[in-house]
Amino acid sequence: MTIEEAENGRDDMLIDGPDRANSIPDGFNANYLKVYYGRLFPHVDIFKWMCYGNDGKHPACDKSYFGRREFSFTLDNDIYLRFQSFNSASELESSIREKCPFKIDIGPVYSVDPAKRHAYAQGGDNVFAPVERELVFDIDITDYDDVRYCCSGADVCLECWPLMTVAIKVIDTALRESAVVREIVNLISEFIDNGGLLDDFGFNHILWVYSGRRGVHCWVCDGKARRLTNEQRGAIADYFRVYKGNENSNKKVSLMGPLHPFLGRSYNEVLRAFFEGNLLSSQNILSTEERYEKILSMIPDESVTSELRGKWQGRSSNSKEDINVHRWGQLKHMLQSGKHKVQGLHRCVEEIVFTFTYPRLDMEVSKHMNHLLKAPFCVHPKTGRVCIPIDPENCEEFDPTTVPTLSELLQELNTGGIGADADDDDIHFSCNIDTNAMLLIAEWDKTSLGKSVRFFRSSFLQPLLKSCKEEMETSYNAKLQQTKNNLSW
Amino acid sequence: MDRLRVLKIISDGLSRGKKPEDMEKLVRELWKTNMRHPDSSEIINKDIISHFVLRLVYCRTEDLRKWFLSMETALFRYRFRLESPEAQRALMAKFDLPCKAVSSAEFENVSDKLNEVARSIAPFAQSTLTADAIFYKVPFEEVPELIAGRRVYIHKGYAYVAMNQVVSLVVTQFRSILSKALILTSRKWTSTIREQEKDRLTPIVEALCTSYLGPDYSQPKEFGEISVKDLDQISKSSFPLCMRHLFDKLREDHHLKHGGRMQLGLFLKGVGLKLEDALAFWKAEFSQKVGAERFDKEYAYSIRHNYGREGKRTDYTPYSCQKIISLTPGVGDHHGCPYRHFSDENLRAALDRMGVGSRAVEDVMDKVRNRHYQLACTLTFEAVHNSQCDAGINHPNQYFSDSQKILQSKNNAAA
Repeated sequence: MTIEEAENGRDDMLIDGPDRANSIPDGFNANYLKVYYGRLFPHVDIFKWMCYGNDGKHPACDKSYFGRREFSFTLDNDIYLRFQSFNSASELESSIREKCPFKIDIGPVYSVDPAKRHAYAQGGDNVFAPVERELVFDIDITDYDDVRYCCSGADVCLECWPLMTVAIKVIDTALRESAVVREIVNLISEFIDNGGLLDDFGFNHILWVYSGRRGVHCWVCDGKARRLTNEQRGAIADYFRVYKGNENSNKKVSLMGPLHPFLGRSYNEVLRAFFEGNLLSSQNILSTEERYEKILSMIPDESVTSELRGKWQGRSSNSKEDINVHRWGQLKHMLQSGKHKVQGLHRCVEEIVFTFTYPRLDMEVSKHMNHLLKAPFCVHPKTGRVCIPIDPENCEEFDPTTVPTLSELLQELNTGGIGADADDDDIHFSCNIDTNAMLLIAEWDKTSLGKSVRFFRSSFLQPLLKSCKEEMETSYNAKLQQTKNNLSW
Repeated sequence: MDRLRVLKIISDGLSRGKKPEDMEKLVRELWKTNMRHPDSSEIINKDIISHFVLRLVYCRTEDLRKWFLSMETALFRYRFRLESPEAQRALMAKFDLPCKAVSSAEFENVSDKLNEVARSIAPFAQSTLTADAIFYKVPFEEVPELIAGRRVYIHKGYAYVAMNQVVSLVVTQFRSILSKALILTSRKWTSTIREQEKDRLTPIVEALCTSYLGPDYSQPKEFGEISVKDLDQISKSSFPLCMRHLFDKLREDHHLKHGGRMQLGLFLKGVGLKLEDALAFWKAEFSQKVGAERFDKEYAYSIRHNYGREGKRTDYTPYSCQKIISLTPGVGDHHGCPYRHFSDENLRAALDRMGVGSRAVEDVMDKVRNRHYQLACTLTFEAVHNSQCDAGINHPNQYFSDSQKILQSKNNAAA
């Protein structure tokens, strides 16, 4: 039997062979994907999100908004279809179903329909330009290769995944105006304002997504964020950048003097505890000569390094304590004891921790409005895993190895859902977004994807659309007021 | 013309990586010497007229606008810094800036944080902020450069800007107003003025700007084509360090990340490598690492793209020194300016491999310490070629063509 026949065989059994369904093999292929897009992919939710309330009946709605958004499809055989645009949820859905893209990317909203960009280009006056785009961040585990010893390249395991968790925590806190804080502020208004609360940029609508293999994506969707200029995006990305340099420069993190409040908070609340309590032992950062030499090279004082080297050489500590923890304690003691008054030496401890744990952003992705980013709920072709949202508040619990795969989902569909809890009460509670569309399908509800779609709606989409509506209302009223004033002149 | 001279010198100063204090001094002197007028009441007129004349001259293309915008903005920045606080405040009021002064009660609340920021900027200053320090609360979008440098405390979307940082806010405003005005002028120019003034202004306007922009090296000229087999040899003789490092790394790892592919790829285009040869060259290297098939699928597109054969079909220009110095290479990257991004030790080793003598190495390192990266590169050029380079190095492709010229004249002399 040729491979093709084998695939066809699978296809058959997928459709009409529930008795043999348990044998759906792992993997990723176009036939699986077709079923996924047909029965599971939450088209309507993506559409609702990308409309930002402009699909409603309010007179302030911009009907052309969704149609100016670029989608880009990557088909089998790496054929790229850029500048796709759609005018409705059903157009989007039918195009995805028909083309069955291996990857769907989301681009910016342009000044004009991107599909018709050539017509405008002839006008000469450069009217085809991006006007809105979510502020996005892309963090990739491959960028941590020089500080993780368990895997390299695109591989990721439970030992190094926590680096991503840390990244989410650090970035998310800085971006977000946390819900709790907002409530308090609403209650006692100005009083508590500036009371040393955590958040820097004050965004509300932030979506974290597993990229399907080796990293995470972050979408900041507040109106204010979507309208940032490239320069402002670059500034925010730089605000987050601590890590510079590479193998050509010795020190990758160079902290001059005391920490900025944002870095200080990240260090005290996240990085230090993670490094000392987790990474140190799990990555065996100080266990072998080669590894501790790397750390010693980050200390600019010869006498300190040689003393530590002397303590660590050729001796496997016989204390019960973990060797990494033990050695870290010695190093910290040396650097912070005050014996060494050399300028900047006490920054070394912080520098080492930052080097090993601080988030490393792919800067270019964030800096420019027209960078494409993979849409949530795509399936990664190499792993077969679905790009599901991650809850930043419980990001420690996220386990990339248990993310539903395409074949698992299809299997669940074929066997009629994940067993008994299919008739759980809470399963239909979130269907109030667009009742008509939702009642028809909701097949994902019967699979392990259900949890993710429900999370996407309840914690991201609904609050987002609510504030879009409010924003629209306010700006509309302001405009009305203005015209009234003008008229009375 | 005098103003243009001022802007040109500012541009040079910036690309040499001069520190703000030096720039401030430079601007003060430039302004004094160049913008004089016998009649003191005419000084202000000269300022205004020269500014608007240049607006007209530099509105016509994207590149011209960009250059003019950044130079006028720099000029404005330093002139603002030279003003008295009262004058600064008056100007701020005039601009109607989206900021409000921080009340003393609010100041109390955040003073810890503001002190932390102040210490993180200037670790050796011992003073703490007092209650009469003036701070402004500004939406963070208005002060991108302060955000990027982590030089302000931000909270809930507002940046707390100290009086001595206000310049950044004003400059941003100035820049955006000027930028809009330039685009409008440009539209007017193409739609009406150019025709109307065909015989009077147009020739002047078109001549004025060309005299001051360097070549962009998008089209290789002097040395015609370079073939793949020559690359090894000329990389050793005529590549600047940044390109030689990339080239060697590519040969070693059979791979470069995106930033490196762009920097080296466009440079090679400028050197005279034709598209077909470029594809063959990159493929020969990459296929050893990722296989020929993956190369064709994933990388060939961007090489054709660089040559304007895909996508927007723009013929991209090679990176200039200014651009390369401003890059921020990360892990696994090899692009950027070695003089800026390499550690002391690595740079010494690299210079040694280029055959720079130990005395010259010290001179180069001295320039690097003072952040004169292009001067460091110029000194390297002089040491390697054993000859003067008066113009200085402003572009990797200029390094290459100057180097080739010297080598050819040496060859001719020998023959």
